[in-house]
Amino acid sequence: MSDLNAVTTAEAPGPAPDRPRRANRSLAGDAWADLRTSKVFWIAAALVVIVVLMAAWPSLFTSADPRDCLLGRKDAGASGGAIFGFDFQGCDVYAKTVYGARDSVLVALCATLIAGVIGVLVGLAAGYFGGWLDAVLSRFVDIMLGIPFLLGAIVLAKRLSSNPESNGVLAVIVTLGVLGWTTAARVMRSAVISAKGQDYVAAARMLGAGPGRLMFRHVLPNAISPVIVVLTILLGINIAGEATLSYLGVGLKGDAVSWGIAIAETGPYARTAAAPLVWPSVFLAATVLAFIMLGDAIRDAFDPRLR
Amino acid sequence: MFRFIVRRLLQMVLTFFGATFVVYALMFAYVDDPLQALVGDRPVTDSQRAALNARYHLDEGFFAQYWHYIKGLLTGDFGQSLTGRSIGDMLSQAWPVTIRLALLSIVIAAVVAIGAGVLSGIRRGGVFDTVTLVLTLIVLAMPIVVLAPLAQLVFGIQLGWFPPTAGRNAGLYELLLPALVLGSLVIATELRVTRTSVAENLRADYVRTAKAKGLAPRRVIGVHVLRNSLIPVITLIGVDIGVLMSGAIVTEGVFNIPGVGFNLFRGIRTEDGPLVVGFVSVLVIVFLVINLIVDLLYAALDPRIRYE
Repeated sequence: MSDLNAVTTAEAPGPAPDRPRRANRSLAGDAWADLRTSKVFWIAAALVVIVVLMAAWPSLFTSADPRDCLLGRKDAGASGGAIFGFDFQGCDVYAKTVYGARDSVLVALCATLIAGVIGVLVGLAAGYFGGWLDAVLSRFVDIMLGIPFLLGAIVLAKRLSSNPESNGVLAVIVTLGVLGWTTAARVMRSAVISAKGQDYVAAARMLGAGPGRLMFRHVLPNAISPVIVVLTILLGINIAGEATLSYLGVGLKGDAVSWGIAIAETGPYARTAAAPLVWPSVFLAATVLAFIMLGDAIRDAFDPRLR
Repeated sequence: MFRFIVRRLLQMVLTFFGATFVVYALMFAYVDDPLQALVGDRPVTDSQRAALNARYHLDEGFFAQYWHYIKGLLTGDFGQSLTGRSIGDMLSQAWPVTIRLALLSIVIAAVVAIGAGVLSGIRRGGVFDTVTLVLTLIVLAMPIVVLAPLAQLVFGIQLGWFPPTAGRNAGLYELLLPALVLGSLVIATELRVTRTSVAENLRADYVRTAKAKGLAPRRVIGVHVLRNSLIPVITLIGVDIGVLMSGAIVTEGVFNIPGVGFNLFRGIRTEDGPLVVGFVSVLVIVFLVINLIVDLLYAALDPRIRYE
């Protein structure tokens, strides 16, 4: 979670002074032209596409059922479709790893959406209106940052997942969403403060635009790009967060298939069979890496000063 | 300086009440009947209900309950775990090994991050810099649940370089692998901040002056650049403590180190609610106090901070 704090230092994007730029190109178009030439972006994007495909249609990658386990195959080596072998319960490790992508991506996506909406609204309100509202909201963000993320998440997830019948998906989404919006709010606030002083906002106000129109049509589109970077990286962090909560036993449970659960279950048996521990770990780390790299590449494209 | 300290202390009071209130509110969210949750499926008789209410003040309002909780925290009474042990006693037994582990990992992280960060900051774009940047990216992407079990598997079991677990009286050698794992959580950010800040400071006027005076490069880097570059790294320590606390829960669980994180890990596994809440509250307070100290230290090191 520490990398998010590195991101907070990213300022609102500005035009690059030393870069030739075509007059008819928007900021996003400019960034896209930059992104297209970035190797890191294409590697990260390819990884993300594979993971999303895996999450949406796992049957594209394996025809085996991750819950079809036979103790007779305990710790058996690779055979046929089961290229990673079988774990201590005789489940197909490859199938389990592929199906593990679904809940991870679903949870991280929903949680990031929640965090994004809260963060953007709080940051927009605090930055645009300023004054006492800004003071109250900023203090509240400070208070939330006073609670180390995992500690707060454990308490909340434990409460939310007390229902024994649920598989914990909703509980983890709410937990990660409710606790993850602070950085987005801070970045949004500073971007809004710098955007609202621009001439085009003053021009729109002179033409009679109300605060709602000013905020959502003029300030928001020009202040959103650093938040998008933060949210992309937050996606990766939320995937890691889901795995950590599931590992600790307050995340996904029951019949859910998750990388975190797989790591927790197979860890104690690693001495006899390492593959069931190694493969979910590799997939998890690669997915987190893909989102962090994607965020880094987008930030570089939007903010050339940081290079 | 005095006004800064007073203002920072007032902020700390606000954050303390706010953070404990949020933790308390999170804990009580969506629970209809905590007594029923405590006893499970059996019906609760009226006399049991009365006895438990008297003990836990559950029949009072939310704010009254929060008051009892705060009073306990401030007087050092953290309650009892479900197994009947005093949480204060468990904490005092668990702290020593956790503090040793944390100090070791902070030292390892600082030495590696500052050493490598200075080197890559000096030769920006060189081979060493590129390799370090790629390595830090990979480390950043490794969640602790991946890092700790894999390190135990590879270095503890397969290669056998380190003991795979550490006990209560673990020495330096036993704690080295867990401390490396824990430290690597914060190495990447510390290294990147050091690198950027060294690269920026190398262009500063005072560096040019120092070079013009004819000082040896070793002295320019070691004294002039390093001292000014470390200031932003020090602010990171406050944030890093929070990361280390989160990391210690998994790391101590994996390596079987009976510290604070291990107790919390076991409390979560055994559904011991009071233990989890007691430990989390204490850790949040420790985090706030350390951040206060870091801020004050920071202001003492850099006089510009006080006159915002």
